[in-house]
Amino acid sequence: MTTGTVQFLNHEGELTSHPDHEAEISPDGLRKLYHDMAWSRRMDAEAVTLQRQGELGLWPSLLGQEAAQIGAGHALGAADYVFPSYRDHGIALCRGVDPLDLLRMFRGVTNGGWDPAEKNFHLYTLVIGSQVLHATGYAMGLAKDGSPGAVLTCFGDGATSQGDVSEAFNFAAVYHAPIVFFCQNNQWAISEANERQTRVPLHQRADGFGFPGVRVDGNDVLACLAVTKWALERARSGEGPTLIEAFTYRMGAHTTSDDPLRYRDGEEVAYWNLRDPLARLRTLLEARGWADGAYFDTVAAQCEERAVDLRARLRATPDPDPGDIFAHVHADGHALVDEERARFAAYQATFADAAGRGE
Amino acid sequence: MVREFTMPDVGEGLTEAEILTWYVQPGDPVTDGQTVCEVETAKATVELPIPYTGVVRELLAAERTTVEVGSVIITIAEETQEAQEEAAQPGGTGQEEAPPQRQPVLVGYGVSDAPARRRPRTPAASAPGTPGGTRPLAKPPVRKLAKDLGVDLRVVIPSGPHGTITRDDVRAALPPGPAGHDPAPPSPPVPAAPSAAPADRLPDPGTAARETRLPVTGVRRATARAMVASAFTAPHATEFVTVDVTRTMKLLKRLKEDEEMAGLRVGPLLLVAKALLVAIARNPHINAAWDEAAQQIVLKQYVNLGIAAATPRGLLVPNIKDAHAKTLPELARALDQLVRTAREGTTAPAALRGGTVTITNIGVFGVDTGTPILNPGEAAILAVGAIKERPWVHRGAVRPRQVTTLALSFDHRLVDGELGSKVLADTAAILEDPNRLITWS
Repeated sequence: MTTGTVQFLNHEGELTSHPDHEAEISPDGLRKLYHDMAWSRRMDAEAVTLQRQGELGLWPSLLGQEAAQIGAGHALGAADYVFPSYRDHGIALCRGVDPLDLLRMFRGVTNGGWDPAEKNFHLYTLVIGSQVLHATGYAMGLAKDGSPGAVLTCFGDGATSQGDVSEAFNFAAVYHAPIVFFCQNNQWAISEANERQTRVPLHQRADGFGFPGVRVDGNDVLACLAVTKWALERARSGEGPTLIEAFTYRMGAHTTSDDPLRYRDGEEVAYWNLRDPLARLRTLLEARGWADGAYFDTVAAQCEERAVDLRARLRATPDPDPGDIFAHVHADGHALVDEERARFAAYQATFADAAGRGE
Repeated sequence: MVREFTMPDVGEGLTEAEILTWYVQPGDPVTDGQTVCEVETAKATVELPIPYTGVVRELLAAERTTVEVGSVIITIAEETQEAQEEAAQPGGTGQEEAPPQRQPVLVGYGVSDAPARRRPRTPAASAPGTPGGTRPLAKPPVRKLAKDLGVDLRVVIPSGPHGTITRDDVRAALPPGPAGHDPAPPSPPVPAAPSAAPADRLPDPGTAARETRLPVTGVRRATARAMVASAFTAPHATEFVTVDVTRTMKLLKRLKEDEEMAGLRVGPLLLVAKALLVAIARNPHINAAWDEAAQQIVLKQYVNLGIAAATPRGLLVPNIKDAHAKTLPELARALDQLVRTAREGTTAPAALRGGTVTITNIGVFGVDTGTPILNPGEAAILAVGAIKERPWVHRGAVRPRQVTTLALSFDHRLVDGELGSKVLADTAAILEDPNRLITWS
């Protein structure tokens, strides 16, 4: 960690302090954070397994980034709106998104999965970095509406090489948009190492645009929570954007289609394994006597139960009606679409196993 | 209840995977989510978890075989009270929970459906309102050809992928006799000839017993693909020169005693490498690549020197990065390390990428020379033959001298004979008189 990185819980599970920020420490709060991190990890592992069984087309694992996501997720207020990337399952869970809806999208049975307006959590964006511009525009709109909320947008270290992200930084700075740029620097843009993406530490980019940039220990949930909370509060009170660089590590593959053994070595993974976000919080909880073995067993058992339930619900997910593809082309329908729908239905009916006439 | 687990598409759009290891055997109990095997695809090596709880009945694919996505690789007898009886009478299954007979593969990805599993069409498919429903599949140029030849595509038997009609199908559907109408003459319209070829490949039952068929996998497959790609995209030209390397061998002897080189592997390959690097510095355009997509020649200002190595995994060509910038001791150290890791079979993938020129030291096998095939993406490869004592005219008299033959293959798209000859001649000249290492660098 470089100096200036905000950290409250080091990798040995000891509390530390920082001159500019303060952590909220309460046994209940810490247990809740631990629980949510543990569930996001277990849910993620289940999704990887389901992909390997052919139930999902793809899954981007969050393994290693639980603290960054659960910390940021807990910092959000009800009126805040999130523009996620595609790996932000932990934040999705904090926003009350049913994990089944995340899985359904990666199963290819829905184009979205949840109602963004209901969850204040936008749909996943797989185009790298484009959501950062959308988020900035949305934040500018919130300011014009006089809304009490702020926007949090998530992106990775690789996305910072996209022009969209720089444009968003500049718009947000010039218009004082109420937005928090939450960059999870997991060190690898698929197979491209961080040092080949940038000459300066990512958080320093903000200086050139004229707003603060902070690096936090992305594997320290307390630091991620405290700094995101502070940045959101700045945004809501009209002080403009903040860039947070959560310095973390992607322990797994980029997605289930990727094999990291081909481009990174085991020593690096071992180094980060010692910095595991859950292990350090568990150490703290145990050292302070705020949780014991029975507590952790209960959490693990709960997560297991929910994972088994998630698996069963996913396997029972029906395929969508092929005709659904025509449903949202026009808000009020259109004669041409109606014609195409009818033609497609007639084509489908020519198959022997079409509904209602299977042998 | 017997469940079948099919090879899933573990990447996006993969069509096949190779089974590396089975972790279970028939008779082993398994639980939902348990890892049963490791598979390798074009993208990644991954472990597959089984989605059922029960007992392994059968493994349907052997290790080291390549399996198509969607084919069954393992069957599981699911543990229910009446598992045995159910297996005996397949009619009465699935009362408690109807088995969802869904293929565990995704909509929209490249699952190669075996023809048998293709969704059957009802015979009366031609509803009047759906002209699209019965339209034969053919690309526009094929439709044009059919139109020109007066062939009705609806009577043509398709042989292309996904049931598409090809040009040959259209020609085959022409009535026999006046075949002269064909406006595209290059391929003969009579499809009789190919029938001989498959017959050739059928093993004679008499000799089959004395033949062993090995699956082509891993490095062997990669080598085959790279060699075919190289040999049939880059027009190769090879030149040879036989050279007296006695002075180089004397220099080697002195270098072995040099303090700077203490503990380093000092052999002929080291000085051949150095000589080639100096020759490249004098003729930098040889260190280049042909970019087919961009239609450009890429000149490289760095030399990543590849060394072809026979390793436990097969032929690999790891390279020494920035070899042009290395001093002789540094080059010796890099070479030593490269050879050692290659022999141990621990060459890192990064060491195999980004080579710019290659040396293949076939002399170690005792042969004089050969015509090397370019490492794909490179413009030149130097083969070094065995160094042998031979009668040689030296200062007007025939004397025993140490002589070797060098061969340089180059990509004639970007390297002309003049440039290739200069590189080879310079390399040979340095080995003949290694003083040139000093005067030329």
